[in-house]
Amino acid sequence: MTAHEEPATSHGDRAAGEHAHPGAKEYLAIAAVLTVLTAIEVAVFYVPSMKPILVPTLLVLSTVKFYLVAMFYMHLKFDHRLFSWLFVVPMAIAAMVILALLKLFGHW
Amino acid sequence: MAVAAAHAHEAPHPTSTGLDSRKMVFWAFLGSECMFFGSLIATYVVYRGRDTAGPHPHEILNIPFTSVSAFVLLMSSLTMVLALAAVQRGDLRGSRIWLAATALLGMTFIAGQCYEFTEFFYEGLKLQANLFGSTFFVLTGFHGTHVTVGVIWLWSLFAMAVRGRLPQSRALDVEICGLYWHFVDVVWVAIFTLVYLIQ
Repeated sequence: MTAHEEPATSHGDRAAGEHAHPGAKEYLAIAAVLTVLTAIEVAVFYVPSMKPILVPTLLVLSTVKFYLVAMFYMHLKFDHRLFSWLFVVPMAIAAMVILALLKLFGHW
Repeated sequence: MAVAAAHAHEAPHPTSTGLDSRKMVFWAFLGSECMFFGSLIATYVVYRGRDTAGPHPHEILNIPFTSVSAFVLLMSSLTMVLALAAVQRGDLRGSRIWLAATALLGMTFIAGQCYEFTEFFYEGLKLQANLFGSTFFVLTGFHGTHVTVGVIWLWSLFAMAVRGRLPQSRALDVEICGLYWHFVDVVWVAIFTLVYLIQ
């Protein structure tokens, strides 16, 4: 099966708004990127000169990792947009609660 | 009757959205899980650095060890998508191998967490020791419980695959388990950064 060939599913034909999932090559490439990003995260943690920008750097790296897993392994990039909304909206609410509590408790 | 039951799996009932109801419900469940872990993470970060007694995070957290655990869980996401791809193309042998690999990687992660918790306990970090102990154990403990549930789910699917009860027509069962497993993985991505690396 080629990388973009339609795999068999329990649905038969895919529902409207859904596209074929990636193949093994794409999955391996994503895993390699995730491994490199994790290695960079740990390396950055141990570099003293990175201290001033450690927090934003780590937050960006973990956001990229989160995005890659959600988009490619959880197939949000290929599935119907409604699934993305069901996931992203509660996640945004959770993020806002965290930020509000940090503000409330005087962290910034 | 057996034929009718088999067809019931292949042709899901029509829905107003045209999307499978089980998948829709599971995404809604994952949304609720986002808020659940969001509240636990919020509690941890809000109380960070407010301890009057030790041990403190920088004294006790083992970054190299946890980095390996994080890598193991990330790789289990890879084996999970490979298991799903195998089931979708009707490769029973491949699905058995990748499902077992995912479950074993999950068990390795849990074993690492058990070792870490035991080490912390002997170094004086307990649930009631200080704010760090309470928030850390509740957050990572709930995550570990989720991984354990995922491992049980994976071994159940593996048993079905061994008995030949995981044909292509049941790929959605594996896909939903995969969604849960990847969610557990992305939660650890957040915990690893916010708890372990940003001290």
